[in-house]
Amino acid sequence: MTESSTAGAYFDAASTERPHPAARSALLESMDSAWADPARLYGTARRTRVLLDRARARVAAVLGVRADELSFTTSGTQAVHLAVLGGLRARRRTGRHLVVSAVEHSSVLHAAETHERDGGEVTVVGVDRAGRVDPEEFAGALRPDTALACLQSANHEVGTVQPVAEVAEACRAAGVPLFVDAAQSLGRDDVPGGWSYLAGSAHKWGGPAGVGVLVIRKGARWRSPLPDDERERRRVPGFENVPAIAAAAAALEAYRADMAADAPRISALVDRIRAEVPRIVPDVEVVGDPVRRLPHMVTFSCLYVEGEALLTELDRLGFAVSSGSSCTADTLRPSHVLEAMGVITHGNVRVSLPRGVRSADVDRFLAELPGAVARLRGATMSALETGGASGTGSTTPGTENTGETGRRSRP
Amino acid sequence: MRFRGRGKRSPSPGDATPPPDRPAGPPPALVIDALGRKCPIPIIMLAERIREVPVGQIVAVLADDAAARTDVPAWCRMKSQDFVREETLQQGGWGFHIRRTY
Repeated sequence: MTESSTAGAYFDAASTERPHPAARSALLESMDSAWADPARLYGTARRTRVLLDRARARVAAVLGVRADELSFTTSGTQAVHLAVLGGLRARRRTGRHLVVSAVEHSSVLHAAETHERDGGEVTVVGVDRAGRVDPEEFAGALRPDTALACLQSANHEVGTVQPVAEVAEACRAAGVPLFVDAAQSLGRDDVPGGWSYLAGSAHKWGGPAGVGVLVIRKGARWRSPLPDDERERRRVPGFENVPAIAAAAAALEAYRADMAADAPRISALVDRIRAEVPRIVPDVEVVGDPVRRLPHMVTFSCLYVEGEALLTELDRLGFAVSSGSSCTADTLRPSHVLEAMGVITHGNVRVSLPRGVRSADVDRFLAELPGAVARLRGATMSALETGGASGTGSTTPGTENTGETGRRSRP
Repeated sequence: MRFRGRGKRSPSPGDATPPPDRPAGPPPALVIDALGRKCPIPIIMLAERIREVPVGQIVAVLADDAAARTDVPAWCRMKSQDFVREETLQQGGWGFHIRRTY
């Protein structure tokens, strides 16, 4: 399973997995055979429909749901938006209260903002230092007018697995449907049941981009927040991308089989990084739950270093990693996940190991990291000193540009 | 909601503690002005200068990068320093009070 098609080490599987070879062959095959409109009645259309339905059955089988509960969307984000806004819309008469955890993916929180702008009410449930929701606190946020609750299966920035089973039980007792954003888990980890809606994204399991899954359990009420459309049982608008969907299904089966064998090895590599980084780098904090975590992800923050500078330095050394530090995130604010956990937001690095990761690459990462951090700290400190880190009295305005100079003068 | 999307990075005074009428606790022995500096600079300045005050005394860091609101308390926890409080500054930004413990 080792792949060495690129020179550098790719450690950003949580953003996207390299396409699985099974996806590639399924995609090429169905580009030629399954291009017709699956809603039509002639031969090529029927064959396309058969391929679409087969893909649906295969994905449903891996997820342990019924095929008629599963729709394909155009992205994981679209699946999240449809689940949240459609779940809320269906229960409008019950109330307009929404409960979300503070560490949900931005797609969930943006959907919640839309709901708020639309006159709805949102309660945000906090997390502990490890980024984990307390099921009792979550249960305490549920009210008689709560229309929907949202909890991710596992966190996308720090890998902490959430207590979905306990929260699902609390939601069931309160009569509130639960939406689970399982984008980080599908294909890697089983997701507990008890939810009403579930979303995922194919490119996270080695499928192509542009395919998401939306599962709406039998008996769960849901009304599309979008204009009517006949596709995907009136749940998702637009002509289905059948070749990409077929590729996503093939990738999920293959990826899950690979992970069944490889996840323990990957998890052991993560344990090694978790143990080694604080030993070899001073002033560093490894964040997220050390045990109840996704197998492939580890996040740490290095004091006194800019996240962006560290990413750039690691990229120069041949490592592709991600960061929740403010200067690199989508927003200019620090990561809302790190903020909610109350951990250092600067100097943040997320390492997420892909399928077939070579342990030699992890060795090299651990060998290079201390020097990279030390070089950046040295550069920042000297920039501060030469630039005059003034500001002794409360009235002295901060001297301009010392930080900036330090940033630019770095190699 | 605490989550804020793209383009809303400016600190929003008043979403946490209102400006106190009178300072709670002893006045700082040292004020570090990190206004206009992005994290990690305020944290670096704090780490470099906290030893200028005697053990048991207060250092105040003034900063207007929202990341400092998370990073200053987190730094205190990591370094076993005592985070006393955060106050909102009238001119924008925050003052963070830290008691040197060792």
